[in-house]
Amino acid sequence: MDKYQTFEYDVVVIGAGGAGLRAAIESSANGAKTALVCKSLLGKAHTVMAEGGMAAALANVESRDSWKTHFRDTMRGGKFLNQWRMAQLHAQEAPDRVRELESWGAVFDRTKDGRILQRNFGGHTYPRLAHVGDRTGLEMIRTLQDKGIHSGIDVHMEVTIRWILKDGNRVAGCFGYQRESGRFVVYKAKAIVLATGGIGRSWEITSNSWEYTADGHAMALWAGADLIDMEFVQFHPTGMVWPPSVRGTLITEGVRGEGGVLLNGKRERFMFNYIPDMFKGEFAETEEEANQWMAQTLAGERPTARRPPELLTRDVVARAIRREIRDGRGSPHGGVFLDIASRRKAEDIKKKLPSMYHQFKELADVDITTDPMEVGPTCHYAMGGVRVNPETQESTVPGLFAAGEVGGGMHGANRLGGNSLSDLLVFGKRAGEHAAKKAKEVSQGTINADEVNRVAAEALKFFGDEQGENPYAIHEELRLMMQSLVGIVRTDEDLRAALAKIGEYRARAAKAKVGGNIQYNPGWHLALDLKNMLDISEAVTKAALERTESRGGHTREDFPETDKEWGKVNCVVRQNKDGIQVVREPRPPMPAELEELLKKD
Amino acid sequence: MAEEAILHIYRGNNDKGEMVEYRVPVQPGMVVLDAVHAVQAMYSPDLAVRWNCKAGKCGSCSGEVNGKPRLMCMDRMDKYPAGEPIVIRPIKSFPVMKDLATDVSWNYRVNKKIPPFQMKPVATSLRDADAKSAGSESRRDSATAEPRFSQEEADRVQEFRKCIECYLCQNVCHVLRDHEKHEEFGGPRFFVRVASLEMHPLDCGDRLELVKDQLGLGFCNITRCCTEVCPEHIHITDNAIIPLKERVVDRFYDPIKKLLRIVFPKA
Ligand SMILES: Cc1cc2nc3c(=O)[nH]c(=O)nc-3n(C[C@H](O)[C@H](O)[C@H](O)COP(=O)(O)OP(=O)(O)OC[C@H]3O[C@@H](n4cnc5c(N)ncnc54)[C@H](O)[C@@H]3O)c2cc1C
Ligand code: SF4
Ligand code: SF4
Ligand code: FES
Repeated sequence: MDKYQTFEYDVVVIGAGGAGLRAAIESSANGAKTALVCKSLLGKAHTVMAEGGMAAALANVESRDSWKTHFRDTMRGGKFLNQWRMAQLHAQEAPDRVRELESWGAVFDRTKDGRILQRNFGGHTYPRLAHVGDRTGLEMIRTLQDKGIHSGIDVHMEVTIRWILKDGNRVAGCFGYQRESGRFVVYKAKAIVLATGGIGRSWEITSNSWEYTADGHAMALWAGADLIDMEFVQFHPTGMVWPPSVRGTLITEGVRGEGGVLLNGKRERFMFNYIPDMFKGEFAETEEEANQWMAQTLAGERPTARRPPELLTRDVVARAIRREIRDGRGSPHGGVFLDIASRRKAEDIKKKLPSMYHQFKELADVDITTDPMEVGPTCHYAMGGVRVNPETQESTVPGLFAAGEVGGGMHGANRLGGNSLSDLLVFGKRAGEHAAKKAKEVSQGTINADEVNRVAAEALKFFGDEQGENPYAIHEELRLMMQSLVGIVRTDEDLRAALAKIGEYRARAAKAKVGGNIQYNPGWHLALDLKNMLDISEAVTKAALERTESRGGHTREDFPETDKEWGKVNCVVRQNKDGIQVVREPRPPMPAELEELLKKD
Repeated sequence: MAEEAILHIYRGNNDKGEMVEYRVPVQPGMVVLDAVHAVQAMYSPDLAVRWNCKAGKCGSCSGEVNGKPRLMCMDRMDKYPAGEPIVIRPIKSFPVMKDLATDVSWNYRVNKKIPPFQMKPVATSLRDADAKSAGSESRRDSATAEPRFSQEEADRVQEFRKCIECYLCQNVCHVLRDHEKHEEFGGPRFFVRVASLEMHPLDCGDRLELVKDQLGLGFCNITRCCTEVCPEHIHITDNAIIPLKERVVDRFYDPIKKLLRIVFPKA
C-alpha cells in the first residue's frame, strides 16, 4: 500500500457539483481540513447543465407562497413516499440558501421591483423557481466554485474514487485513481461525503453525461449502506428526439413554465385528457382557460384561471407523451411537439430561453421562435439513493454522508423540477456541517492494506494480452436493455428478463479487455464503471420488481393502480453475503400538523 | 448505405505524437464529438477526450477542427466537405496531456489570484421592506437580507457570467498562443471574470491594480480574436476589456483624477 500516494484529511467530499461544493465550503468553514475530489475538471459537473431554476418559497412573485405550500407540493409530487422530514427541512431552508448564494455573488433574473424573479414549473402551485434565463446551474456552480477556491479547500480534479475504505464498521478513507496518470491514490479521512450525482448512463436515451455511472450509489452499497426508493427513476418528459446525435438532450421544463404547450402529431393539445384524479379541479380543463391563465400571468396579474395541464408533474406528462406516441399520434421522428413559437414573442423566447434557442438552431436546424420542437421522454434523474438521517445526511454507515442526487428520500416517487438545485444547497450544507462535526469527534481510522491491494489488483485485470470484449460494446447493450425492459413502463416479465441479462453482462464485463496503458484511458475507466452500473441496475430492477403497484416514476403495466398499502412503505436495498436484497420498511410517521397540510385544499 | 467520414486525429502527448486516420459512419445531425466517440467505440477505447454536456453548456470539449477553435459537441459534421479528411487536434496554447485532452490547470491558478465577490453592506433602505410576507414562514438568517437591483443592472454582468470556461479565447489570444506570456498575462477569460465582479451591482471589491499589474491587461492590443471565437457570444473586447482599460487609465494614468484622489481620498 505504501507504493500509493496517500493524503490525509478530516473530511473528503467526493463530487464537485452543487452538493459537493456546498458541503466542502461548509465543512471547511466548520474547521475541518477538507478535500474536494471530482472526476471532471472543476466547474464541469452535471450541475452546470441545470437549466430551469431552483425552487424556494421566497414569495417574491406570489406573496401567498410559503414553505408549507412548497412542502405540500413536494410531498404530492413525490406521491407521499418522501421522507417527510427532508421535504420539510428543504422547504424551510431553501429560501435562505438561495439568498446566501446571492450574497456570494450569484446574479439571478430580477422582478420589476429588483428582487429575485421566480418562474412557474410543473407541480409547483406558485411561481417559485429562482432562475437565470435557462442557465441557472451554471450560475450556481460558478458562484460556489469561486467561493470554494477561496475557502481553504484542496481540490483534486480528475480523480475517480473507486472504493470506500472502512475500519470495522466505520469509514476510514477512500481509494481511487488519477485519470491522467492512472496512478492509484489513497485518502485517509474521518468522514466522507458522497456527492457523486446520478445513474442515468445505464439507459440509452438520457440527459445524463458520462459521469453518471452510479459510482456513489454503488460505493455506498458496497460499503454496506442502505439505498432507498431505487425503483423510482425520473424520465423527463421533454428530451430532444431528432437528430439521432442529440437524442435525449434535455429541453428545460422552463419552456412550459414560460408558456410552451404540448401538441400531438395531429396538433391537438392533449394534456387536458391526462389530468389525474389527485389533481382534478386544480388545472384548467379547456384551452380557453389555460390561455387565460397564460395571459394573466404574462400581464403580471394574479391568475384567476387555473394552470395549464402542461404544468402537471413530470411523471404524469412523461406517461402522457409516451401514450400519445404509442397510440400512433406522434410527430414524424417519434415524439410530440412542444410549441412556444406561437405563444410568445421571438425576442422574449430568446431572452428567457437563450440556450434552448441556440441548441435547436445549431444542433437540429430548428428555429424555436418560429417552429415547434420535437420532444420525447429522456432518462433524467434518480429519486433513489443513499438512505440518510434527514438532519445530518449521515448514511447507515458511520462517517459516510451523502447529499445531492446520490442521496435518497427527499423526492419520494417523483421529483419536482427545480427541487434538485435547492436540495443540493440545503442538504449539501447540512452534510458538510455534520461531516466536520463527526471529524471532531473521532480520530483517523486504520486503513486495511490488504483491502487496498485487492481493489487495486482488481482494477488492473482489464489490461493483458488475452482476448476480451471492448467495454463499449457491453455498455451499449446494457443501455438498450435497460431502456426497453426497465424504462418508463415495466412488467414482471420484463424485469425478470432484465435481471437475467444483467447477470450475463456481469460475466462478460469481468472479462473485458482494454488496449493502451493506464494513462488517461477512457476505455479502462468505462470497464471499471461497468461494475457500478450493473450493480445499481440490479438494485433498480429488483426494487421495481418488488413494488407491485404504479406510483410516480414507477409504472407497472401489470399493476396499473396506486395501492394505498404500498404508500406506507419504502423499498430499501442493501447488499449482504447473498447479494443485493430488497426489503420493505414502513415510512416514519408524520406529525399531525404536517398531515394536516397535506389534506388541505 | 451510411456515408463515411475520414478523421485525422492527434494521438500522443506533449513530447511526441502523430496524426492517425480513422473512418466512421456518418449519421444525420452528427457533430465532431460524436465522430470522436465512434472512434473510441470502434477502434480505440483509449483515445482521450473531455466532454460532459454535449450541448455547449460545460465548455469541456474544446479542440481545433481543421485549424479552427471549436466546441466539438456543437460542430456539425455536415458543415465540412464530404469525402475530405477532418483534422482534429487539441487546443494549442496549453500542454497536451494525451490525445485531445490538454492541461488547463494554469487557468485555475490564474482564477485563484482574483479576489472573490465581496458583498456591499446592504443599506436598510434597499432591504426588503415587508419581510413579513416573504419570509415570516421561512427561516431567515439576518446575514441574508434582501438586496435589490434592476434587470438592466443584472444584464450587464449576466453577459459575462455566461462564460462556460471553454478557454477557446485563451487559446486564440496571441499573447498566450504566440508569445506565451502565461506568467504575466491573465488572458481574456479572466478579464471577463474581473469585469463580472467589477461591474457587479452588489460587489465592493477592487481588482483594478490586479488586472493592470498581475493580469497584464496592457498586453492586450484589442485584436478581438477572443471575441470572435467565444461560443457564448460574449463581447469580450468591447464590453469587458475596453471598459476595464478605461477604468485603469482613469485610476492610474489620469493626472487630474490622481491628484484629486490624493487630496480627497474618499471622492
Ligand atoms: C440537463 C439537465 C438540466 C437540469 N435542470 C435542472 C433544473 O433546472 N433544476 C433542478 O433543480 N435540477 C435540474 N437538473 C437536475 C440537477 O441538475 C442535478 O440533479 C444536480 O445538478 C446534481 O447535482 P449533484 O451535486 O448531486 O451532482 P453533480 O453536479 O452531477 O456532480 C457530481 C460530481 O461527482 C463527481 N463524481 C462522480 N463520481 C465520482 C467518483 N467516482 N469519484 C470522484 N468524483 C466523482 C463528478 O465528477 C461531479 O463533480 C438538471 C439535470 C440535467 C441533466
Ligand atoms: S483582444 Fe486582447 S485579449 Fe482578446 S485576443 Fe486580442 S489581444 Fe488577446
Ligand atoms: S469567455 Fe467565451 S471563449 Fe472565453 S472561456 Fe468564456 S465562454 Fe469560452
Ligand atoms: S461537451 Fe459540454 S460544451 Fe461540449
